Amino acid sequence: MSKTKSEVTHHVLVPTHEKISDKEKQDLLKRYNITIKELPMILNKDPAIESLMLKDGDVVKIARASRTAGETIFYRRVINA
Amino acid sequence: MNPTLKTFEGKLPLSILQEIEEKCLPAKQKKVAELALEEYARAKVEPGEAVGIVGAESMGEPGTQMTLNTFHFAGVAEMNVTMGLPRIIEILDGREKISTPMMEIFLKEPYNKGQDVKKVALMIKETKLGELVKEFIINLVEARIEAVLNEEKMKEIGITAAQIVKQVDAGVRDMIIKEKDNVLFMKVKGKDEKHLNEIYKLKEAVKETYVKGVKGINQVLPVKRKDEFIIITSGSNLKKILTLDFVDTARTTTNSIQEIAAVLGIEAARQAIINEVYKVIEAQGLNVDIRHIMLIADTMCANGKLRGITRYGIISGKSSVLARASFETPIKHLIDAALSGEKDKLDSVVENVMINQPIPIGTGLPHLIMKDEK
Repeated sequence: MSKTKSEVTHHVLVPTHEKISDKEKQDLLKRYNITIKELPMILNKDPAIESLMLKDGDVVKIARASRTAGETIFYRRVINA
Repeated sequence: MNPTLKTFEGKLPLSILQEIEEKCLPAKQKKVAELALEEYARAKVEPGEAVGIVGAESMGEPGTQMTLNTFHFAGVAEMNVTMGLPRIIEILDGREKISTPMMEIFLKEPYNKGQDVKKVALMIKETKLGELVKEFIINLVEARIEAVLNEEKMKEIGITAAQIVKQVDAGVRDMIIKEKDNVLFMKVKGKDEKHLNEIYKLKEAVKETYVKGVKGINQVLPVKRKDEFIIITSGSNLKKILTLDFVDTARTTTNSIQEIAAVLGIEAARQAIINEVYKVIEAQGLNVDIRHIMLIADTMCANGKLRGITRYGIISGKSSVLARASFETPIKHLIDAALSGEKDKLDSVVENVMINQPIPIGTGLPHLIMKDEK
């Protein structure tokens, strides 16, 4: 069972997820002039970020492969499931 | 990448930067990038643009031209796939149970070069006891069922009689099972053991008992795609398939979006929605800009959970009572809102259309603020 979990991140459909620091988080909110509540969400037990052990309020940076832009950066805030 | 182009990172998308680097002389790259940035800024969607409406119309109009049928694969084994409008509806509703679940299983070396593909495919297929039995005999004198096993088939999928006994014993309750010379003897346990009805019931239950393979995979079809062999299945069980060691866990997928969301996460589900919807639209020879589909996929996945575009899905997440009531089941929404004393801030489109006020999109979005003169 643990095997599937570790290999999920290698799947072609799964982009890379990484946690961003508090400073980057503040910069992000400032850049888009939003509060953290306005970010899209991701569950803390989502298979793609389960191994990162994130908690409520963290923000993950997702580098999506995009058909139109090559690569786009997307942000989601972590919520408790 | 060229250092001058590096400075445009974040301002211009990667694909444009790569194109500039590929096609322009190094000396001109900076100038081209600057011009591209200007054009890019002009091409961006303006604030207040009703992207959702535009997206809905762009998907809806071609939707009227789509076929309503299911097609058949031209091939040896027959496999149905839902296509056209029903498939799009299915995806966008975020259904748990889709009408034709399917998987594409990629294999590791050496299986993807054709070695033992058939054998591997049969290993994946869910086999029930009924398929391995040549003949069921109900022996009334002994009040038991005798099942004569088909040795050829057993060899094909590589299972022994002892293994079958073990599986059936674990799968069916209140039964005594014995095996001799590839014949299974089964008896009802308990006080009804002589009752014909009970024996008959047991026979039907035993037939459907799982003995080998991956649950949920009903049909397997090894096919050659480009220069490797893959297995297409009808029925889907992504979680189990990914634990098998001959499967390429990086590329194997299913067409069940809910399953992808559960096994691979919400971002994978978003990508899967885009891929699946676009596949249908392309197959129909229609042309819809992929950005509209991306918007729909983003909306469905914004909450961290997959929500369909239904009254239980994203519509239920709307904060305005009137907006919810305008979609489906208005009376239910209005009564519930009245009972719980909900407030409507009237800050979205539908509510303002209802009360005949300017809607907050496009030119209706900006407001004038007056400064008090003291």
